[in-house]
Amino acid sequence: MTATLRFVRHHALTAYSALVFAYLLVPIGVVVAYSFNAPRGRFNYVWQGFTFDNWVHWDAVPGLRSAIEVSLEIAALSSLAATALGTLIALALVRYGFRGRGVTNLLVFLPMSSPEIVLGASLLTLFLTMNVATGFATILIAHIMFNISYVVVTVKARLIGFDRHLEEAAMDLGANEWTTFRKVTMPLIAPGVLAAGLLAFALSVDDFVITNFNAGTTVTFPLFVWGAARVGAPPQVNVIGSAIFFVAIAVMLANVLWQLRRPATRPV
Amino acid sequence: MAEAARGLSTPKGSAGGLIHRHRWLTPYLLLTPGLAWLALFFCVPLGFLVHQSLETQNPIDFTSSFSWAWHNYSDALTGYHSQLVRSFEYAAIATAIALLVSYPLVYWIAFRGGRWKNLLLLMIIAPFFVTYLIRTLAWETILSDQGIVVRILRDVHILAPDGRLLATSVAVVAGITYNFLPFMALPLYVALEQIDPRLIEAAQDLYASKPKAFLRVTLPLSAPGLVAGTLLTFIPAAGDFINAQLLGTPGQYMIGNVIQSKFLELTDYPAAASLSLLLMAIIIVMIGIYVRILGTEKLTG
Repeated sequence: MTATLRFVRHHALTAYSALVFAYLLVPIGVVVAYSFNAPRGRFNYVWQGFTFDNWVHWDAVPGLRSAIEVSLEIAALSSLAATALGTLIALALVRYGFRGRGVTNLLVFLPMSSPEIVLGASLLTLFLTMNVATGFATILIAHIMFNISYVVVTVKARLIGFDRHLEEAAMDLGANEWTTFRKVTMPLIAPGVLAAGLLAFALSVDDFVITNFNAGTTVTFPLFVWGAARVGAPPQVNVIGSAIFFVAIAVMLANVLWQLRRPATRPV
Repeated sequence: MAEAARGLSTPKGSAGGLIHRHRWLTPYLLLTPGLAWLALFFCVPLGFLVHQSLETQNPIDFTSSFSWAWHNYSDALTGYHSQLVRSFEYAAIATAIALLVSYPLVYWIAFRGGRWKNLLLLMIIAPFFVTYLIRTLAWETILSDQGIVVRILRDVHILAPDGRLLATSVAVVAGITYNFLPFMALPLYVALEQIDPRLIEAAQDLYASKPKAFLRVTLPLSAPGLVAGTLLTFIPAAGDFINAQLLGTPGQYMIGNVIQSKFLELTDYPAAASLSLLLMAIIIVMIGIYVRILGTEKLTG
């Protein structure tokens, strides 16, 4: 094989990767671009002209603000609850030997591997049978349920990677179990717990399918988008979508930067 | 590992006596709240779903009563045969495309990404940060009749002058592929990233051609990621109804659309429940077969 051919081959893969990245990122560009569109009529499909109006008057669309508030409340509450419950399960799984480990793993794994529509439908069946009116509380219950598994997986990954000798040392120095947990274990797993909480928050804000089944008349942001899409979504939907995107990217970038910095300060 | 944990936490003296004397209880105390939640709101509802799938509904007042109505399942199979087949067809095609598109990409990141790996990975999962529905609506814009894609395809005569992409199966499969591609790419990346490049070099030193080294070394070593990726893509794709709803027409509806409308619009609960369970059962069976085939292949290969 000649050098030129090898050069072409090498760069073919790079060019291909650039194309795939374009494919992944163009729709995001479309979402952001159309948040600045000034559509005539109901449909925000065709580019009509540039405007900041949609960003300035983001809550000019009735129902949008309250939908966002509901989404944020549910995301905050469900991620807090799921992070607490999931972290405890992860601690038990990694730190202790006990009977029923297999069942526990299965119970954690199953909700993640079931189609969302089945999770949503079965919960609705429960609420219908029990005569529970669907609404804010039932959405919250559902979100905590599907978030627990993701928290367990995330925290477990962090727990497996850490040095047990640090806890042993604390105990040798006379700390009891609770003090050891508070002063040694918790600070060490805190990044994992935080990551799990953020993931749960993001999953909750984004969930449509399960929420759709258990929302009753309560409207979250994805449900609002779904309703709006049937009659032509206003550009304000793109504004909120772009805002969510930028916030998430900022959080992720901060995390990446933090991880780049950490090896230098990490006590191992 | 469990033994190490027990050894590490041997009680020291009598401090906190009660907790220490009942140490075996600690893991169960940690597990109980979370597992109780999962049992109550995941397992129990599945039981109710099974129960409901065997009920018959009174067509006049929509009340239903339990009657071991196994015919719900055969009715579901015959009545919605085409949507079921279509779901698995679309999911399989989308999974295959996602695999073909993302494998070279994550290969490039894993072996040539250098210090930019994390940033490039962030770009792969970036679509997840735009709400699912909104990024699907973006595809509606991109593929719309006035959009640039359709115009170009019409100009080069791939599409007829009045040809469309929106409201076709192409649009639905494209949407599904896009929405679930990161689920494929991430596990693949994790598997490829762990491969020691020296193994591939060794194969080439031993006179394996590049394609052969890839087939005999890289590909088998990335198999765990391949299995995880295809499952993580296929399962949500088969149950999806959003892409078919937003990018397709009833002619492209999948089983998810039927379940959704039966539950929420037609309130035909027994039929909807049996369809949901059928979907889950087929998925579980397919996963079983798939893992078995790949598992034995790895043993013999």
